[in-house]
Amino acid sequence: MSEAIRADALTKAFGRTQALNGLDLTVHTGEVHGFLGPNGAGKTTTIRILLGLLKADSGTARLLGGDPWRDATDLHRRLAYVPGDVTLWPNLSGGEVIDLLGRLRGGLDPRRRDDLLTRFDLDPRKKGRTYSKGNRQKVALVAALASDVDLLILDEPTSGLDPLMEEVFRQVIQEERDRGRTVLLSSHILSEVEALCDRVTIIRAGRTVETGTLTELRHLSRTSIEAELTGPIDGLATLKGVHDLHAHNGKVRFDVDADQLAPVLRHLGEAGVRNLISQPPTLEQLFLRHYEATR
Amino acid sequence: MTGALKLLLLILRRDRLLAPLWIIPLALLPAGYAASINELYPTAAARQSYADASAAMGGLTALYGPVYGSGLGELTAWRAGFIPVIIALLTILTVIRHTRTEEEAGRRELIGATVVGRHAGLAAALLAAITTTTACGALTTLVMIGQNLPATGSLALGAQFAATGWIFAAVGGVAAQLTQSAGTARGIAIAALGAAYLLRVAGELGTEALTWASPLGWITMTRPYADNRWWTITLAAALTAALTALAVHLSARRDVGAGLLPDRLGPATAAPTLRSPLALAWRLHRALLTAWIAGFAAIGAVLGGIADGMSRLTGDNQQLHDMMARIGGTDAIADAYFASMATLLGLAAAGYAVQATLRLRAEETGLRAEPVLTASVSRTRWAAGHLAFSLLGTAAVLTTGGAATGLAHGLTTGDLAHQLGRVTGAALVQLPAAWVLAAVTVALTGLLPRLAAAAWGVLALCLVINLVGALAQLDERVMDISPFTHLPKVPAAPVTTAPLLWLTALAAVLTATGLYGLRRRDIPVT
Repeated sequence: MSEAIRADALTKAFGRTQALNGLDLTVHTGEVHGFLGPNGAGKTTTIRILLGLLKADSGTARLLGGDPWRDATDLHRRLAYVPGDVTLWPNLSGGEVIDLLGRLRGGLDPRRRDDLLTRFDLDPRKKGRTYSKGNRQKVALVAALASDVDLLILDEPTSGLDPLMEEVFRQVIQEERDRGRTVLLSSHILSEVEALCDRVTIIRAGRTVETGTLTELRHLSRTSIEAELTGPIDGLATLKGVHDLHAHNGKVRFDVDADQLAPVLRHLGEAGVRNLISQPPTLEQLFLRHYEATR
Repeated sequence: MTGALKLLLLILRRDRLLAPLWIIPLALLPAGYAASINELYPTAAARQSYADASAAMGGLTALYGPVYGSGLGELTAWRAGFIPVIIALLTILTVIRHTRTEEEAGRRELIGATVVGRHAGLAAALLAAITTTTACGALTTLVMIGQNLPATGSLALGAQFAATGWIFAAVGGVAAQLTQSAGTARGIAIAALGAAYLLRVAGELGTEALTWASPLGWITMTRPYADNRWWTITLAAALTAALTALAVHLSARRDVGAGLLPDRLGPATAAPTLRSPLALAWRLHRALLTAWIAGFAAIGAVLGGIADGMSRLTGDNQQLHDMMARIGGTDAIADAYFASMATLLGLAAAGYAVQATLRLRAEETGLRAEPVLTASVSRTRWAAGHLAFSLLGTAAVLTTGGAATGLAHGLTTGDLAHQLGRVTGAALVQLPAAWVLAAVTVALTGLLPRLAAAAWGVLALCLVINLVGALAQLDERVMDISPFTHLPKVPAAPVTTAPLLWLTALAAVLTATGLYGLRRRDIPVT
């Protein structure tokens, strides 16, 4: 089984709101997969379908080789989930919630639990109602990460964490990947996805708009070039693939389509380059390009 | 106080359905008492003997306060003596819901970040509660004047109701500052109400000085229609002002979200038994179930304790005697009394059944169902944990109420061995009907989740049918809607198993339908 998750053409409507509109998602076994989209794009709806909480109107979903709706109880033994909006029982302590959820899933590793509590700096004795948003999220993260499961589904797990804890989270996820676990990480923190994910899927308005490795996606996008030239340069603006050209005092700044990089660099070289900075597109630029195009 | 007015309007808007739901019945209730006293005791002599007999009974004085005269107004005001306690309770719940619950849910922070003063939330909640109870008092006054009772006395009765609301709104406001949890704050305020009630009872039955120690005692001393003492209302207003100042002072000394009393820490690891949906449900239901069991024990003790006096009192009045016999279905007055009290206990227990079942829905909308359902727990198993409490918990609540009634009655009559079993049995006969209400709630939760709270409406319908239906001589077909109509009038009538069996079967079918719906629908539906 090389695909941990496969969703094809999922649709789901809530009343008149079309939450999903033909969504595709494939997560390979053993990868950390970034699931990107702005609020309301359908990330949580997709995840709830994959967890068998919601029933898709049409399309197919497979999870760990089973049907997420029909085989929910069995499949859930092999996965752990951290919701985006963690609510705890007000009168249960964090430690009790972690143990209870672990046991309901079929057991958790006490050494791993203690290690994670230390690393996330979480006091397990506090009652659910007294935790801040970030600490509630830590409770859910420890409960999920201390379980021995094949698949982790994390829905914006770091939205309440401070930068220090975000760093701990990144380390922990890298360890999980090294152990061979599959992770579906929904997020809109792009630096996090960039640092952790092997492949990403970008969705908009309930539909998949881009999917692939970061390298592949970058290939589809533009590189920013900043150059200081020794001589005058002509014809740059008319070259294929050059965008947003600014020239001033012998300096030029522009974006270039990835597949046109070679001829553009040749052209620059002919003019004489004193200094050159090239920046691959950030995920942010990729992301914004998809959303700005439709505004 | 910037923004308090806007928040007040927000609260009144949020409560626009809920508040009238308790104000109107409570304001109408005294008029109902006046009408029935007028019908049952039409002459001054009959009223006098009713007043004398009532005053001689400690149990009734404990419940309603002392009888201050034998006029229609005095007797009505006496009979309405428990309503202020109910108003106090509802006001406490209202104030805590709009202060500490808001804070616990984090909505206070949301509003606190906008342009509102630091005490605006507290001020708005208190103002809302005071407005609501004053409206209740005003309506009571108008309705009583409408019954051709003296205007001054009617005003005093309304003022009694309103002033109780003011005081306990402020008590709730203080309690809300103390703890971080709304549940604990409610407990503190309700304990204060309980203490005030016990002091009033102790004062009326024994040491008069104790009456002075209880704000509820002052309220009783208003004596509507008899003396119309207005200073008690002034005293209540002064106490309200003092408690409000205290609440504001406490609120200024603490952070948003924090309480003045520290929150206790819990265990770092779960007990070995906390490993199933049922064990989780126990943790979520135990406080509610304990409170209901304690309440039923107390109500049972009162109902059983006054039973003997009640039947002697009723024996003197032929018409009342006939009426009780008609409701109960037999001539034996004590048995008729127990049969109608059993219905009362059954309807109240159905309230627990609905409340406990709706926890299932609250877990769903609070997004606390998700972590359990995404662990290896089927929906049926998750629901079964909660249903164990709504079904078996109802049985426990009814058994307690029946046993406490039987125990108190047995002890007063010296016939414990005989009474305990049959009175407990009378209460337990109600179980299948209460289960039907729980099952209706499950069915709504499974099939029409957004309308789950409509189960309260179904219960309200049963209350109307079974409490006033016989007096109002409702059509039999309407009476038949309520499952409680079909129960045998035990102990006045023999137990017939057929209705118990088919009501249980109906409850089973409705529950199964609800669970079927729950297994097939989306979760959460919000």
